[in-house]
Amino acid sequence: MYGIKYFPLGGKRKGVDIKGGKDKMKGMTLIVKKTTQLIAGMIFLYGIYVIVHGHLTPGGGFAGGVIIAGAFILVTLAFGSDFLKLVKEEMGTTIVENIAIITVILIATAGFLFGTKIFFNNFLPKGIIGDLVSAGVLPLYNIFVGIEVAASIFIIFLSLIIFKEESQK
Amino acid sequence: MELAISVILGFMILGAIYSIHAKDLLSAVITCGIVGYGLVICFLLLKAPDLAIVQIVVETINLIIMVAVVLDSSREESYSKLDKQGIVSAITVFVLMAVLLYFFTVATRSLDELGKSTLRMAGPYIEGAAAKTGSANLVTGVVFDFRGYDTMGEAVVLVTAVLGVLTILRLKGKK
Amino acid sequence: MITYILCFMLFLVGLYGAVTRRNLVKIAISLSIMEFSTFLFFALLGYIDGGVAPIVNPAEPNKIYVDPLPQALVLTAIVIGLATTALMMAIIIRLYRKYGTFDIREIKNLRG
Repeated sequence: MYGIKYFPLGGKRKGVDIKGGKDKMKGMTLIVKKTTQLIAGMIFLYGIYVIVHGHLTPGGGFAGGVIIAGAFILVTLAFGSDFLKLVKEEMGTTIVENIAIITVILIATAGFLFGTKIFFNNFLPKGIIGDLVSAGVLPLYNIFVGIEVAASIFIIFLSLIIFKEESQK
Repeated sequence: MELAISVILGFMILGAIYSIHAKDLLSAVITCGIVGYGLVICFLLLKAPDLAIVQIVVETINLIIMVAVVLDSSREESYSKLDKQGIVSAITVFVLMAVLLYFFTVATRSLDELGKSTLRMAGPYIEGAAAKTGSANLVTGVVFDFRGYDTMGEAVVLVTAVLGVLTILRLKGKK
Repeated sequence: MITYILCFMLFLVGLYGAVTRRNLVKIAISLSIMEFSTFLFFALLGYIDGGVAPIVNPAEPNKIYVDPLPQALVLTAIVIGLATTALMMAIIIRLYRKYGTFDIREIKNLRG
């Protein structure tokens, strides 16, 4: 199935513990696992669609970012947690979030170099209203703010689960 | 339109009152979801689709985090009788409510009826927005182009809140 | 005017819960209810009768649009409300592990 193996930051997780601690968070039943394998990829694609078309349809960076975080949370809840892999995922997600927020500030500062010296200058050409490639710098802002919001909410959830497991050993 | 929003607000107030007085903590958390999901219908009636998308996903994640905190504890609220401190806080709340209600009626005396507001501040924004920013979605144009500073500030506040959560939930320093 | 008054009453219900309750989870729920009433008040301010959602269709210009400025203010506030509620929940679960109860008066007596 095109399910969990092709997920980025993921890795295959099994819900049944072979060498577990006392109360590891077990996964859910078989129906939930199969449904998640089918649906999680589509939720991820829908989040990317809402982010990229942020200047044409309702949505934008914040809405799409939270939807992508929801897809990751669904996968983590349905398949249980393998403790060591979650700690590595948390470190990787913090790095992604920091790079995204620095890029937002860099794009805003790059407005200084073109024409008038304004901080948030919209310096790329604007195109025709209604096209996908239009509105100057706005799609770039949408994408990076979306990545940052998704990483933030996923970190909040992951640190809660790691705390609950670590304090029960 | 006023009738529909008033009916949904009535349900939200009932849900909020029950959620504060519930004995079982899990029921209180789930009833908090009534207020959140009723807000989604209100946003759709007020012609704001961006807000509806964000609110419905954020409310679901809110419920997940609250249930994860409540589930591994004894899920009951211990009810004790009304002692002296309880009466003092109840009187404080009622005095505060009276003062706030008075100032609310003074402040909204000059508000127009629902739906007939004059667009004093948003007139210049709407007229040239599609041509000046080049985006078809006016809310995105205002958020990222006309008011870009506010968005940058709010993104930084989000990163700071995550920093706070990571600091509080760390167990490694205890040797 | 009645929708504004009902919205304010939702705020007052949240305020009553935040001051008089002794359980920490109930205090967090009341603060969340106060935030919802503020978002609704902002969205009510910008509504115009007969307006459509603020998306420009280039084939049909010159329509009456709903005010986009209050919507832009509430959009980021919703996500930040989630982050602060999650921060409060992190503190609550840390207090529960240390003291074993959710009650603020017993925690005040048990300090140390």
